[in-house]
Amino acid sequence: MKRIFAISFLMLIFLMGAMFFGILMGSTGSGLKEAVHSLLGARDTNPMLHAIIWQIRFPRVLLAILVGAALSLGGLVFQALLRNPLAEPYILGISSGSGIGAIIGILAGLSRFPGVSLAAFAGSMATLLLLLVMSSEQTILKRDSLLLSGVMVNAFCAALIMFLISITQDSRLHNILFWLMGDLSMADMGQVIILGVTILPCFILLFFFSNSMNLLLTGKEMAQTTGVNIKAVTATLLIATTLMVSATVSHCGPIGFVGLVIPHLLRLILGSDHRLLVPACILGGGTYMVLCDLLARTLPGQGEMPAGVVTAMIGAPLFIILLKRKGR
Amino acid sequence: MNRAVCTRNLSYSYGDIEVLKDLSFSVYKGDFFVIIGPNGSGKTTLLKLISGIFEPLKGTLEIFDRPMSHYSRRTLAKTVAFVPQIAPIDFPFTVTELVLMGRSPHLGILGLEQERDLEIAMRAMAFTSVEHLADRKVDQLSGGERQRVFIAKAICQEPQIILLDEPTASLDLAHQAMVMDLMERLKGKKALTIIMVSHDINLAAMYGNRLLLLKEGKIVSLGPQDEVLTFETLEKAYECPLLVDESPLGQFQRVTLVPRKFINAHQKILGRGG
Repeated sequence: MKRIFAISFLMLIFLMGAMFFGILMGSTGSGLKEAVHSLLGARDTNPMLHAIIWQIRFPRVLLAILVGAALSLGGLVFQALLRNPLAEPYILGISSGSGIGAIIGILAGLSRFPGVSLAAFAGSMATLLLLLVMSSEQTILKRDSLLLSGVMVNAFCAALIMFLISITQDSRLHNILFWLMGDLSMADMGQVIILGVTILPCFILLFFFSNSMNLLLTGKEMAQTTGVNIKAVTATLLIATTLMVSATVSHCGPIGFVGLVIPHLLRLILGSDHRLLVPACILGGGTYMVLCDLLARTLPGQGEMPAGVVTAMIGAPLFIILLKRKGR
Repeated sequence: MNRAVCTRNLSYSYGDIEVLKDLSFSVYKGDFFVIIGPNGSGKTTLLKLISGIFEPLKGTLEIFDRPMSHYSRRTLAKTVAFVPQIAPIDFPFTVTELVLMGRSPHLGILGLEQERDLEIAMRAMAFTSVEHLADRKVDQLSGGERQRVFIAKAICQEPQIILLDEPTASLDLAHQAMVMDLMERLKGKKALTIIMVSHDINLAAMYGNRLLLLKEGKIVSLGPQDEVLTFETLEKAYECPLLVDESPLGQFQRVTLVPRKFINAHQKILGRGG
């Protein structure tokens, strides 16, 4: 109990710190001092900087927190549910499903928000539906069949995406590729609020199931005989997580690696108790995403990199170092 | 009646293959009940029905005179605890974390333990002599240690019945005795009912007060060890050359497997003592 609060509080401080930097720093090159003034609401600051901070950076940082938190938590849940350490939030084909939706949206000439987002969300929900129709009650409870169905759906959708890309030639091709790499640059406050309303209830719901996730990891039979209703828990975790991840992907594309590396990093450091890992993944994932996004928009001299590139380039080596140190 | 478990015409099948056929028997409160029988006789299936992992397809199964279907998962977990065969664990929990999971059916909606739950876990770990392993990872333990950790977890559930699936299967002699003595002490101290599946007929004879011998999903014999472990019933169930006599300790039947190469030489001794 105390440990959960203490560690969560510590991680909350890290998150606040990351937010602070995320808001203050950017490509405009304005001084930190000026930005702090503007943040504190001083009157005499540059109105331009004020607008950049509150209308561009602030929503973007909030979006990064939500996205990082949802993807990390999604990875954590799927790793427990499928009892497979390689599971990530897109394992059941959510990303490729929403990819198809998004591409169709882009090809149809819809606006980025809400048009393409809605099309992407519809795509991932259709994928989930397909998966549920394909699998019986039995296959859902067997971890490997669910995993295999997901991999197959993913492969099929990926082929469709390739096909759609291959028949696109004009400038929309660039839009499609950029969407598929995942990026946060289109953030605005309305989008953040919609995403927040969708995924915050999922966070709370998933926390209530954290002890059940612990029990699931000791095996299906052990979980059942320790009081877990496997069918209900599996269905709830599957649907809540898919909803949460789909909402995220439909807003900013499939940002990779956060959902795989953050749960593992935190598990290496904090152990396997999900009552601690759920809040830790929300806070840690948020922090990581804010910092990666900060790098994505400040590192290149001109323009910016897709955030997904940074999450993987930093995450993979970091993870390997920790794994090696733990192994000794 | 003080029946812990009662079945009437209980049947179960995997697809078309019927593994349990019309079983009717009772386990009484305070029994040390051992289910024996050859491979494929339905022992483990029976245990999984009693633990609620499987649902009966035909017939009835009552726990303390209440049909299984009247129990929620949580209530059942507070009544019946299950100790599985040693199985690999993919995610490394510490011993304390795993034992504490036994408290889950007693916890509130947030699933957080109080001081009292920790005390219960500590006592359970002391009872099974694993308190010195408290901070070790479960996947680093030996078979005997791990078995005792899972028994401590079962004790934490504060059940009235503990089910064990071949708890001594991969243990050496000293650890076999340790686990069996532990179960006997537990039964005496907490007035529990123990139901165990075992391949070891001699351990069953020494510890069980009632034995159930199954073959092909049917009851061959049910009763105290000296009634069940006779040459006739065992030969019928196992279909292999056996020798049944009294253990040098007295009180118990002793079953000895007779290797093929001895059969001709010792034809006469077969069947004696049963």
